[in-house]
Amino acid sequence: MYEKDGEKYFVVDSHMHYWDASPENWVAGAENYAKGWIDCFHAYQSLGPPETHWSIEHFQKASEDDLMKDVFEDGYVDVAVFQPTYLKEWYTTGFNTTERNGALAEKHPDKFIVNGRWDPREGEAGIKQLEEDVARWGLKGVKMYTAEWREGSRGWTLKDPEAYQFLEKSQELGIKNIHVHKGPTIWPLDKDAFDVSDIDHAATDFPELNFIVEHVGLPRIEDFCFMATQEPNVYAGLSVVIGGLMHARPKFFAKVMGELLFWVGEDKMTFGSDYSIWEPKWQIEGFVDWDYPSEEFSDYPRVNTATKKKILGLNAAKLYGIEVPVECRLPDEAETPAAQEDAQLVDDGATV
Amino acid sequence: MTEPATVGLAQVLAALDEVRDPELDESVTSLGFVASSTVSEEGFASVRLRLPTYFCAPNFAFLMVADAYDAVSGVAGVTRTEIVLEDHFASEAINGGIAARSGFVESFGDLAAAELDELRADFVRKAVLAGTDRVCRPLLAAGRTTDELAELTLGDVPPSADRERLRSRRAELGLPSEDASPLLVDATTGEAIGAQALPLHLRRARLTRVSIEANGGVCRALLSERYATSGLGQKEEVL
Repeated sequence: MYEKDGEKYFVVDSHMHYWDASPENWVAGAENYAKGWIDCFHAYQSLGPPETHWSIEHFQKASEDDLMKDVFEDGYVDVAVFQPTYLKEWYTTGFNTTERNGALAEKHPDKFIVNGRWDPREGEAGIKQLEEDVARWGLKGVKMYTAEWREGSRGWTLKDPEAYQFLEKSQELGIKNIHVHKGPTIWPLDKDAFDVSDIDHAATDFPELNFIVEHVGLPRIEDFCFMATQEPNVYAGLSVVIGGLMHARPKFFAKVMGELLFWVGEDKMTFGSDYSIWEPKWQIEGFVDWDYPSEEFSDYPRVNTATKKKILGLNAAKLYGIEVPVECRLPDEAETPAAQEDAQLVDDGATV
Repeated sequence: MTEPATVGLAQVLAALDEVRDPELDESVTSLGFVASSTVSEEGFASVRLRLPTYFCAPNFAFLMVADAYDAVSGVAGVTRTEIVLEDHFASEAINGGIAARSGFVESFGDLAAAELDELRADFVRKAVLAGTDRVCRPLLAAGRTTDELAELTLGDVPPSADRERLRSRRAELGLPSEDASPLLVDATTGEAIGAQALPLHLRRARLTRVSIEANGGVCRALLSERYATSGLGQKEEVL
């Protein structure tokens, strides 16, 4: 929980990791990729305030103690959601697997939510693995990489019939939240890996599932916004948005937030620190203090304490069924944000 | 270091000014992507390009290297051209492909299914939308109504660099780009946008500009973190 000026903010970090990218875990023959990947993440950390930068050695593999201190002790987070990234072709035991995340979660009950993953190209074996993972970890959410290159396939889309099988299975197994990585990536080479039109289809056909688009389709925020404004069960995952822009490019941060508030709305935006790319502490402190820097932004929806409480934790708490302490709840949950009416108008006229 | 033919170098940089990052719609020189360049007395032009990260999208990287090759080869007096992309996971495939004058598909074999023309056109359409916001925002700030904008032609807008940039992107797509053409057109069909559809069109234009410019901001920040020195012709960002 974070407290400022008498206001209490319940914090759900809905997108974070516990990775091992140390050289000992690099796959022989794939060292360039393993090193390039973690160096690239490390460069992103430089977009945060200088005093929060880590050495590359520390960054390659934060310890359990580091994580618990950075996220919970110093970082105000109440509940953190692990999002896995396997990358086993580059990292011997995987980069950040459900097993690795889950082992930590079991040591610290009630602190973490462990998410799984699936890939429709794995067919029956993948379905079986998903069943096992749900039984083992009690999954309520999964994270997927539609652009991942695999055995000659150049990625997949959520509207593939095979993906629909997995979505149906997920629903049947009690999974509610589908986090989809739509952001900076490598594969495939030729297609536009940031294409979000597949989410449009799946979100319409699976109204009981929530689709959280991580990194809001960066660098294609416009495509994401046009789509999200039409789908009630599509959410904007703010990982990278706050960490990457708020400190390094404050004016662009204000514009991106303004656009997201206008097109998507404050009820459908969720905070994610992207730890350990960035620590949550400065992001939460900065965001609670944040407002548009000048009059130039006067035609964007306003931001108030309730907006920030929703984004920092209340929205994700709803998605994951997390009990919020009474003192952190909003006095009037029925309050409708100003952006919603505008978004409705846009919905009627959009020809995307 | 060999003595560069200085006049030739200026011409090469001027040619590179016309090469754009297709995604950001800015020149590779102003973005700081030109690490170095030399021109020998015999007319051998060598250019080294660099990008913000090791994993920048290889399709866009390929387009930039290919465009740079074409632009530099076209400079009068250049007899041979070499473009080298540095520090990128796909440097070898891209540099080899460009040197051999292969297309994208040939350079990447099974990993690439299609040439990049359609992707490029998509991004020029985004550039048209973003440019529309750049041209229209000052008009609205000066008191013009959206209804009035619907009636304007390109020639009605006071001359500016932004207007000419918008005109040239429209021309690139074969969209109407004369002085007598409507100021506001659909970026795919070229049809004029009517007054009723205009508010939404302008919101989309603003959003598209924000997206491209924020993306550019991240790229510049990562580039300056990666390299201590400025690129040739690099322009300072207005923060």
